[in-house]
Amino acid sequence: MNGVFWGVPVNVWTILAAAIVTYGARAGGHLVLSRFKRIPPRIDAALNAVPAAVLTTLVAPAAVSNGTAEALTLAACLIIGLRIPMMAMFAVGWALIVALRTAGL
Amino acid sequence: MSRSRPEFLEGVRASLPIVAAAAPFGMLFGALAVDNGLTVGEAVLMSAIVFAGASQMVGLELFSSHVPPWIIVLSVFAVNFRHVLYSAALGRRLGLMPGWQKGLAFFFLTDPQYAASEARADRKIPLRLTWYMGMALPIYVLWVLEAWIGALFGSLITDPAAFGIDFLLPIYFLGLVLGFRSRPGWLPVVIASGLGSIAAFYTVGSPWHVSLGALAGVIVAMLLPPQAGDEAHDVEPVEVTP
Repeated sequence: MNGVFWGVPVNVWTILAAAIVTYGARAGGHLVLSRFKRIPPRIDAALNAVPAAVLTTLVAPAAVSNGTAEALTLAACLIIGLRIPMMAMFAVGWALIVALRTAGL
Repeated sequence: MSRSRPEFLEGVRASLPIVAAAAPFGMLFGALAVDNGLTVGEAVLMSAIVFAGASQMVGLELFSSHVPPWIIVLSVFAVNFRHVLYSAALGRRLGLMPGWQKGLAFFFLTDPQYAASEARADRKIPLRLTWYMGMALPIYVLWVLEAWIGALFGSLITDPAAFGIDFLLPIYFLGLVLGFRSRPGWLPVVIASGLGSIAAFYTVGSPWHVSLGALAGVIVAMLLPPQAGDEAHDVEPVEVTP
């Protein structure tokens, strides 16, 4: 995205809008949600599921639409990520993708 | 106020482990931002005004794939939606702060900030802006600085694929997904979103796999039977940096 709108790059507009919605989420919960005495359980379940649901959509297609090295790396990270901390898994994953690509997979 | 300085320093002390854990990702953000077509200035701007690591990375992933800007904004909002719950939960603990202080505090409401504030309030220590900013400011200042350093280094890397850098985001996102695994209904939600996004990716195409896949997961979450003893107000923070 390299367009310019009103003399400002579209990327900058996008970042500004992202900042506004992020602040909206951080302040809005207090302003809006605190008016409800109770959040209905199904709405609460839906809200709770949003981050994992969104982030999964950025992983799953990447696992199946690239090559063998990428698929193997994510599969290995999934297994070890259940046992070791995020930072360690990330480091192992990084080493794996470089190694597997170098090996020609 | 004689109590201000120790409270501020207590906050700074609370920030140290977070600062250390976030540092590699702060720099990674800067490097990947440049790799995905942002300028150094735009990368720093994003860290400075969005200040939410996971969603910044999601934004990057989409900046490079020529999707309409509103989809980027929507995806950032979706990832940051958990902050609505933090805000609602923490707002009740900030009774001591006047309105403008709350308004300021909410800008810095990251996952670790939420977790530490809840823990402090649980120990019956009143939450004041002095302590809160003592924790928030080091995290914030370094986060912005790291974006700048990372972006400068990122612009030196000419072949990101050779260093596996182009594939770091999916690994990072996988780590975040696993970080949410203690939440009720996590596995069915992840399976639904995963299959939904793959199906949408091959039929409708990118970038719709993000919203359609996420929708599949959220629908499954709503259809699952509500868990017994699952308190609606128990908002669990996750390990996300910052």
